[in-house]
This record gives sequence, C-alpha cells and structure tokens, in this order.
Amino acid sequence: MKTFVQERSATVRFAGDSGDGMQVAGSQFADIASMTGAFVRTLPDVPSEIRAPAGSLGGVSGFQINFGDEEVLTPGDSPYVLIAMNPAALKVNLPDLQPGGIIIVDEDEFTPENLAKAGYSSNPLSDDRLSEFRVIPVAMTTLNGQAVSPHRLSPRDAARCRNFFALGLTLWLYDRPLQPMLEWLMGKFRTNRAVMGANGASLRAGHNYAETAELFRVQHTVAAARLPSGRYRRVTGNEAAALGLIAAAQRAGRALVYASYPITPASEILHELSKHKEFDVRTLQTEDEIAACVAALGASFAGAIGITGTSGPGLSLKTEGLGLAVMTELPLVCIDVQRAGPSTGMPTKTEQADLLMAMFGRHGESPMPVLAAASPADCFRMAFEAVRLAITYMTPVMLLSDSFLANSAEPWRIVSTDELPDLHAGQLPEGEEFAPYRRDPKTLARPWVTPGAPGREHRIGGLEKTDITGVVSYDAANHQRMVDLRARKIEGISRDIPLVEVTGPSDGDLLVVGWGSTYGAIAAAVNEELRAGRSVAHAHLRYLNPLPANLGSVLRRYHRILVPENNSGHLRSMLRDRFLVDAIGLPKVEGRPFRVTEITDHIEALLGGNHA
Amino acid sequence: MSTNAPLYCTADRTQDAVPILTKKDFQSAQEVKWCPGCGAHGILSQVQKVLARLGAPPEKVVFVSGIGCSSRFPYYLKTYGVHGIHGRAPAIAMGVKCARPDLSVWVVSGDGDGLSIGTNHLIHILRRNVDVNILLLNNQIYGMTKGQYSPTSEFGKKTKSSPLGTIEQPIHPIEIALAAEATFVARAVVADQAHMGAVIEAAARHRGASFVEIRLNCVVFNDSVLQSFSDASTRSDSWIYLEQGKPVRFGADGRKGIVARGMQPQVAVMGENGVREEDLVVHDAGGASSAQAYMLAGLHEPAFPTAIGIFRQVERPTYNDLLMSQIDGAVAKNGRGELEKLFNAGTTWDVD
Repeated sequence: MKTFVQERSATVRFAGDSGDGMQVAGSQFADIASMTGAFVRTLPDVPSEIRAPAGSLGGVSGFQINFGDEEVLTPGDSPYVLIAMNPAALKVNLPDLQPGGIIIVDEDEFTPENLAKAGYSSNPLSDDRLSEFRVIPVAMTTLNGQAVSPHRLSPRDAARCRNFFALGLTLWLYDRPLQPMLEWLMGKFRTNRAVMGANGASLRAGHNYAETAELFRVQHTVAAARLPSGRYRRVTGNEAAALGLIAAAQRAGRALVYASYPITPASEILHELSKHKEFDVRTLQTEDEIAACVAALGASFAGAIGITGTSGPGLSLKTEGLGLAVMTELPLVCIDVQRAGPSTGMPTKTEQADLLMAMFGRHGESPMPVLAAASPADCFRMAFEAVRLAITYMTPVMLLSDSFLANSAEPWRIVSTDELPDLHAGQLPEGEEFAPYRRDPKTLARPWVTPGAPGREHRIGGLEKTDITGVVSYDAANHQRMVDLRARKIEGISRDIPLVEVTGPSDGDLLVVGWGSTYGAIAAAVNEELRAGRSVAHAHLRYLNPLPANLGSVLRRYHRILVPENNSGHLRSMLRDRFLVDAIGLPKVEGRPFRVTEITDHIEALLGGNHA
Repeated sequence: MSTNAPLYCTADRTQDAVPILTKKDFQSAQEVKWCPGCGAHGILSQVQKVLARLGAPPEKVVFVSGIGCSSRFPYYLKTYGVHGIHGRAPAIAMGVKCARPDLSVWVVSGDGDGLSIGTNHLIHILRRNVDVNILLLNNQIYGMTKGQYSPTSEFGKKTKSSPLGTIEQPIHPIEIALAAEATFVARAVVADQAHMGAVIEAAARHRGASFVEIRLNCVVFNDSVLQSFSDASTRSDSWIYLEQGKPVRFGADGRKGIVARGMQPQVAVMGENGVREEDLVVHDAGGASSAQAYMLAGLHEPAFPTAIGIFRQVERPTYNDLLMSQIDGAVAKNGRGELEKLFNAGTTWDVD
C-alpha cells in the first residue's frame, strides 16, 4: 500500500561522475516536475575541468532541482534527497544535505578502488558515519545491466543508461509519471532504437524497483503550483538572454550581429544565437574581446543590432571600445555574465563584483546605462530592454547577469509577440537639415543614420564632437557642453523606466535592497520574515544606472537599509554616495549564491529576536 | 539578401542619367591637417580618384581607421566614416561589412596602428578574407606622438625613444599579410602616384581582403626614408616593379634581375656568369602557394632592392559571402524565423 506525504516543496540533487549523465537526469526530472504542475528552479554544478579523472572529487557533476506548489525563488539551500552515483559524489555533496535527508547511492560503485579515489579510508555505507541520514543503497550498476541486457548494447553504452535507473527511482519517490519521459526518449533516440529501448527499460526498472523492493517508507507529493495561466518552458539565464536579443532585433526589423570571444560563463549565449540564423542572426566569433566589442559597434554603425557578450576578464578588455561607443553615441549592448574574480578568479563560480566597473570602469566622463537581470527568465526581459534603451537613446548599455543566472533554470511564461514593444526607428523630422549630432529634444539621442543614405554621409569617431554638427572640436566650452549632454541623456532615461516596487510594508523597520541574481534568496528571506511578522520589505533593482526615480524616497521610509550582494559592497557604496543613507552591507564572495538562511539570520540579528 | 551584388555601380556612367563622379565628389568640407609635404596628401588624392573611377556611390562607401596621422583619413572623404580606437579598425570594419555586405568598406591604418597595437586584428581580417580594402601607410616612424621608432623602423634607428639606436628587428608588413594567407597583397610608394593609384584600384576591385602597404615619408620625423626612391640615381637599383607574368628585373637598363637558387633569391646581372633572361624568376601572383611571393617580399634593403606592385592575388570565398550564405541557407531550409515558433520550441506545458 502506498503512503503519501504531502510537501510544499522539495529539493533533490543528482550527483555523479561527469560522465554519468547527471545533467540529463536532473533536467529531465525538472521537466517532468514542471509538466506535472510544480514550479521548478534548477542549478547545475559542473566541474571546470573538461574530463577530470573518473571517480575523482574534481570530476563530480551535480544538478539540483527545487520544486514546489508556489513560486520557488531559489534552487534550494540544501537538498533533502541526494542521489550519489559513486563515493566521490557522496563525499562532495554530503555537507550540503539536510539532516534527516535521504541518500540514494549506487552501492556497486563503493569499491575499494573508488573509495580510495574519493579519499575514503573505509566504506561510509558500512559504518555509522551517515547515521543522521536515511541511506538507501541500491545495486544500480547490476540492476541496470540486467534491465538493458536484451537491447544488446556495448558494455560502455549499457553502463551509460544507469542515470535513467536513478531517474526512475527518484520519479517514483516523488510520485511522478514515467510517460512523458518515455515520450522524450522516443523523440531523442528516434534513430537509435537500441539506446531508446535500453534507456526506457532502465527507467522502468528503477521505477519498479523502488515500488517492489519497498525502498522508501513513503512517497512524497508536491501539489501543482498556481502560476499565471499561459504556456511555459524552462529557460536558463543564458538561453533567455539569447531569446530576448533575437526578439528585440526582430521587433526592430534589423539584423542581429553578436560578436563575442568564447568565455565562461557567457559562451552559451554565443552557442544559442549561432543556432538561429533564420532570424538573420549573424554571430562573429572574433579573435579577441576587443575585436568583439568594436565589431559589434561597427555593425551598429552600419545599422544592425550590435551586441557583445563576455565575463569579467573580457569586460576589462572591452572598456576602450565601450568608451568609443559612448563618444560616437551608437547603440550597443554589452552583456557581462559575471564570475568570481579578480583576474581569472574562479571561472565557473558566481559573483556580482563587476558592478562598479560597469558603472565607472571607463576613462573620461563616460556614463552608460547599467541593467541587471534578477532571475533566469528575467534575462529575456532585460536583454530586450537593453536593446530598447540602446537604440532609443543611442548609447551603449551594460547588461549584468552572472554565472548563477546563466546556468540556473526556471519556468518562463512564453510571451506572445504582440506583448513586445515595437522597436522600429522613427523617421527623422522633415525639413530639418541633417546633422549627425542634432539631438531629439525629448531623448537627447542623436539620429541613427546609417550608410546608404545619400547626402547624409558623415564621419564619427573617438575625438570630441562639436554639438550638432559633429565636427571634431577641441573647444573648451563645447567639451563641457558635450560632457553635460551625454550625462543628461543617460540621467533622462530614469523617466522611461519603471519605478522600483516594494514587496512588504511601504514603510517600516528594514528595507532589503538587492540587485541581480540575489533576487530569489532575498525575496524568499523577506517572505519568511513577513510571515514571522517582522517589518521587513524588499526592493530589487533591475536598473542600476540610472536608478529608478523613486528610489531615494523609498529608502527614506525605512529605519534601516540592508544590501546583500555577492561582492564587498558595490551597491551599498552607490546608495550611500547617491542618497546619503547609512546602508548596511551583507557581502558574500564565496563563489556561491546566498542561502536564504544567511539573509534571514542577518535580518533577525539586525532586528533583534522575535517581533512576532 | 543578395550576397553577390556588385560592389560598385556597374551602370554606364557615360549616359546622361548617371552622373559621372569626380575626385571632388569625395572631398569632405574638412580642412586637411596633415603636414605640408606629407605623403598622405598624395594617397588621399589617389584614393579619391580611384573612388571616382570605380563609380562608387559616396553613400555606399565607409572608411574606417584607428589612431595615428594616417587614421585621420576618413575625415577628409565625403563618405561615411568611423575614426576608431588604436589598432582596432579591422575589427570595426569587419562589423560594418558583416552588417552590410553591400557597402564598400575601407580600412586606413599606419605602421603603429596596424602592426603594433593592432597586428592581431590585421592578421585575422586577412585570414578570414573579409571583403575590405586595407591601406597601411608605412612611414616607419611614430609621427603623431612626435618621433618614436615604430615596429617597421630599421634596426639601429636613432629616435627620441631610441637615442642609441633600436635593438629591435623590424616587422615586415607584406610578409605578415602573406603569412595570414591574404588573397591580395601589394606594395606601393607615394613617390610614384600613377603606380600607387593603379595598385589601389586593383585592390578595390579585388573581391576579398586586399592589403596594400604604402611607403611614405614623414616630413618631420623620417623624411629621408624614401631617399633611395626620390633620388633618380639610386631608384632603379633600389626598387623593383613587379609585373604579373614578367621576369623580375630592375636596374637602369633592366639588366639586373632576381634568380632563385633553390629557395634563396639572388641578384643577377644578365650576360654575366652566363645569366640569361629566362633564368630570372617570373612573377606569378596567383600561384598555388605564396612561396614565391614570400621570397620576393623578403628582398630587404640594403642587400636587395625593394619590390613594389602586386605580390599576391588569388580568389577565395569571402567571409561575408559565406556568412550570408549560411543565413540564406537557414532561411531556405527553415523559412524566415518566427518568434512564436522559437519561443515555443522544446518542452512546454500549459497552466490554466
């Protein structure tokens, strides 16, 4: 007889060797959980080495799924269920597991050799080291081998089905159907029926084994979440950014030129865009970061939507090109998918420490709009918005994402095209003589006149321009005027962006202000504190330059301001500088996103004990 | 998206309806600020004449430059232009050409801009064969920064930054271009305007990346650099005009020439040591390999005369054509992209 326990949310992590197919198992679990109504967020943890030695700690690859019956804001602080395919995967992931959690291991892999590779001197399955968890040892290698044997695969291919056995077990544990998975296999391995059949057999075997061997005392269920109605798909931040860029170029009726030099964790944007040439997406893999930046700028000069993408070290190289974009007042979007720095730092780990560079990291007076996406799906909206601002205001725009957003996935409510603003350029005013730096009185943008327009030939470049005519100028008063104009143009964008919204009370003890990928952890923490009756609110900034017009007045309505950031206090400095408020920092630079508890603990320490 | 449209107007400009362009049509209103006597004036004039001869509509021409005296070029042309940042003109030009393959795109650079800070971009635009015309004005000195040695300055040259003489071997532009497998590689000298104009015109008509090194003097900091050309008594012994399909010969009466001993070039005098005209290297810019062009480019002074003319001219698909044919191919195969289809790809689910 089945016994069910109803959960509000659940966190599951698949972990194994990088060749064990954990990313596939995890993302398939996420898809099925999504299709059966849960709100799902995922986060892969992939080793930076391409092929670390099998069975080693450095070769462990993980994939975490957090799903629930309401909006799930983070991929989960710590998993309740860990599927560990070998001793190394157990060792690496054990510290994150919830006390009392479930560990499902492939006991066949706990050989003396594999234990040694993981640095275990004795088998943790045979002593009491794991006594605070519920350990479910399963002979997955053996059982998978038996299940797939009728399909006559090579030993290597047969062993590769083992992830589906683990997936089958886990789907049973959370009472999820197998059918969508079997359909996916039919589509994926259409041309290889043996592999299709073997994976299906392994999946069923895992599912049946969980049921008949009564491995688990109970099954867990998570009810469907109430999401706004519509059609959904899961997207990572990088996928969503790529889709947003394509959408913007299509709505502008222009070719998209994405110039980039491969760099972790931004490369997936290049990969994704290079697949969509039927949208007139022209991807240029340039010789270096500098070339990527200025090639995108050249494309913009010629009338395309010029975009470049990178991560921290690449951003350093692009700064001179971005300065040229400021001076020439051409539209350009630079996407910085931040990672832990300085220098090469920790390329696969997340950080938000490029904010001040995005704001100020160019020589001379060179203001530029800076936007930041708050969640994976939000990367779509902010990429679109970055293009809109770039072409409306004839300016380079910096869009900040980070490694966490880039790789994490969440449901995206698919937008319909008519929800997206039209970005076609307006006509130049009639009867006025063309001048390359004659500005639109409202936006202060200069006209985007591109080659091919007879009689409007003009030269632009990095030298200071005379107002209106664009002729090179060293005139003192003109320089002052042009610096002021460029600054006023960017400041004026604050009239064209949404006001910052506050979640929670509109005044009170504490406002938690965040930006970028900390959104989920802060929102979840503030929700908890609100439920506990504390006077805490959350404001999240998607626009860092210019800041939302109402931010100053919002800040003044709270006794204290707390700014959690994955850096040493960049936004905190900006708020203190701009608004003279005594903002308190909550810095974290460990290469990992915040856990919700790190923020709740801090809030409670600040507000002092129980307010409820 | 036509990928094979002719770059230049092919209409018959002798007909009344099509205006005949002149050099004046390409002169901008801006005062030319190069030093009086600078070779760049002559190059600008030749470029304007070539553009007129090509019948290039000014609105379809883009000049891109980096930083340095030579890079002021775009300001003086009544075309579209981008005066970029130091060394990056080829990358900017690549973006322009990939966004708008229908434009005639030119890069004007110098020996510092193109072969010091920007060597990387120069090499890569050449090996990709992006259809742009690159003029590298080589005066073998840093003029704009007031007289330091450049990467093409001769070994031992005394300058403001090398009072005891440089200790650096110079970089050779033609050999760099050949090593990058450029499809059009040529050298001209400002002192021979007619030849230079012809070389620039051939470069412009070439489909693919064309590279022209133009030797010029800097009247202020390196005025004597072309002494051997301007001095009639040394010119014919110091310079070789390369002509396609012709023996490589030089000297006042054309009796001197280059013979190849194995892979090594040697100066030979016809009639001496039994050397006859048929022993001379016959110039072939279109050979299967660039080995011969490389040998001729390696004729460095003072041991050898310097060759000018077209070293290499071969056909290869251009980057921009290949790029656009992939786009056209994707559209032919999948139809023009539709956002609804893109958004709804992969696993989706509905929430009521």
